[in-house]
Amino acid sequence: MASDHTGLDGSGNGAGSGSGNNSGNGSGGGQAGRALRGGWRRVLPERFISAFLIVCTLMSVLTTAGIIFVLLFQALQFFGEVSFIEFITGTRWTPLFHSKQFGVLALVSATFLTAILSMVVALPLGLLSAIFLSEYAPEGARRVIKPVLEVLAGIPTVVYGYFALLFVTPLLQRISEDIFVFNAMSASIVMGIMILPMVASLSEDAMRAVPRSLREGAYALGATKLEVATQVVVPAALSGIVSAFILAVSRAIGETMIVTIAAGQTPNFTFNPFVPIETMTAYIVQVSLGDTPTGTLEYKTIFAVALLLFAITLVMNLLSQYVVRRFREEYE
Amino acid sequence: MEASDFIIQADNLSVFYSGKPAVNGVTLDVPSRRITAIIGPSGCGKSTLLRSFNRMNDLVPTASVTGRVIFQGRNIYEPGVDPTEIRYLIGMVFQRPNPFPKSIYDNVAFGPRINGFRGNMSELVEQSLQGAALWDEVKDRLNSSALALSGGQQQRLCIARALAVEPSVILMDEPCSALDPIATLAIEQLMQELSEQYSIIIVTHNMQQAARVSHNTAFMLSDERNIGGFLVEYGESSRIFTNPQDERTEAYITGRFG
Repeated sequence: MASDHTGLDGSGNGAGSGSGNNSGNGSGGGQAGRALRGGWRRVLPERFISAFLIVCTLMSVLTTAGIIFVLLFQALQFFGEVSFIEFITGTRWTPLFHSKQFGVLALVSATFLTAILSMVVALPLGLLSAIFLSEYAPEGARRVIKPVLEVLAGIPTVVYGYFALLFVTPLLQRISEDIFVFNAMSASIVMGIMILPMVASLSEDAMRAVPRSLREGAYALGATKLEVATQVVVPAALSGIVSAFILAVSRAIGETMIVTIAAGQTPNFTFNPFVPIETMTAYIVQVSLGDTPTGTLEYKTIFAVALLLFAITLVMNLLSQYVVRRFREEYE
Repeated sequence: MEASDFIIQADNLSVFYSGKPAVNGVTLDVPSRRITAIIGPSGCGKSTLLRSFNRMNDLVPTASVTGRVIFQGRNIYEPGVDPTEIRYLIGMVFQRPNPFPKSIYDNVAFGPRINGFRGNMSELVEQSLQGAALWDEVKDRLNSSALALSGGQQQRLCIARALAVEPSVILMDEPCSALDPIATLAIEQLMQELSEQYSIIIVTHNMQQAARVSHNTAFMLSDERNIGGFLVEYGESSRIFTNPQDERTEAYITGRFG
């Protein structure tokens, strides 16, 4: 405001110097004043919105922090009663029985077994689908297939679970009668199918982001379509493909419904995919749904298991971010 | 000149995109071991014409071609001709340098590898890099990324990459348009040296460049009739740039349009 007055005074004092100059000063001062008042009218709602958005963001951050806090708090109580070494190295998991043992490896092995087997299904099929969609499919086909593939990701996992138990397991049992009703194989195959669209879609995005000029450069040297896809496009898109893979593994480790329904609830330190097992997630479901009294040691086990699960998926996600950042500058 | 003195002969060649003509009835004899420039304003179909010489247009699903392109005594658009074979024999360098995100060595070795080269690869890579006047600058860092090179070095790497498959023709699609004047000069000198061994066809926006480096120049134009780009005049560069026969050529080279 002070400058506004000075400006007006200035124009009054300099009346003799020319009218053009006067009007210039006057209008300049007036505009500054208007801009300032209009500015306040805008700044207030702006501040309010900004504060509101910060609160929204903080909500999710605080929720995450809260979850971690609860996990840590309960898990620490658990480790007050059970040795961490026993927990992390033992292979027998019987907290719900009379003779309690807390060897989480029985659950961890099951989680990794199902995750690895489902990756064996999802990675090759997903990558091949991505190569087909990105390099081979005519534009029309791509426009139909990609959304269809993505719809697969929208099917509730409980449906996949029953599909595994009631359709895939009987099929497997026709091959060999030694296969149990609950087994890791059936759950893993179906989990692989569930994750496949994510692998395919993310890998395809990465491959389509590879500039056309790189493909042309290879074609101009006499490369075939297959050579362009495998020797130029896939290597150039590798960071995106690898991060899709890691996200998929992390998804498989955290997947709950399919393994709970189809893989069994029998903690079993084994890498035999044809016998009942229990993954970390399935165990948490079992205890959460059961009649385990709050505050007991059995009850606290699920926090210890959940904390470990959280740590594993966190490491996977960080790894994925690292891979993307580390290899991002592959092309321009 | 005898027919055998020509490396590529286009005979009434037309190219269409989705049925719309882009190049209209071009007949052009490109001499061996010479630099032939194709000039003309934007959108006159000169790049499309160049890309029809190594069947790069096949990669555009809507493109179709009529007429003939004779290369080594054979129409490359004949049924039964494998386009990858044609692209192996006719190299191409693009507007923007497009090295693969691989090491310098692997960029040069890429073409020979996919084409089943069984000789001494290191020797071939060295020869090719020397041929592209890049060897001295990169010989100590063959295993570092090609993307760390400057734009001009990248473009020479792309030329080395093309040389490594030992083509008889090199097509260059405005190879200097993304480069600074010094890098441009280096590429032009390189082209002069290469023309002793290779036939070069260069599309360029830059008329001074065509006048400086080429032996022959073709001038193309497209007009409001929308019939696609056609050949206006073709001849020795010294004549085209000093004494053009067609008034449209004269208008273009004197800067009255385009």
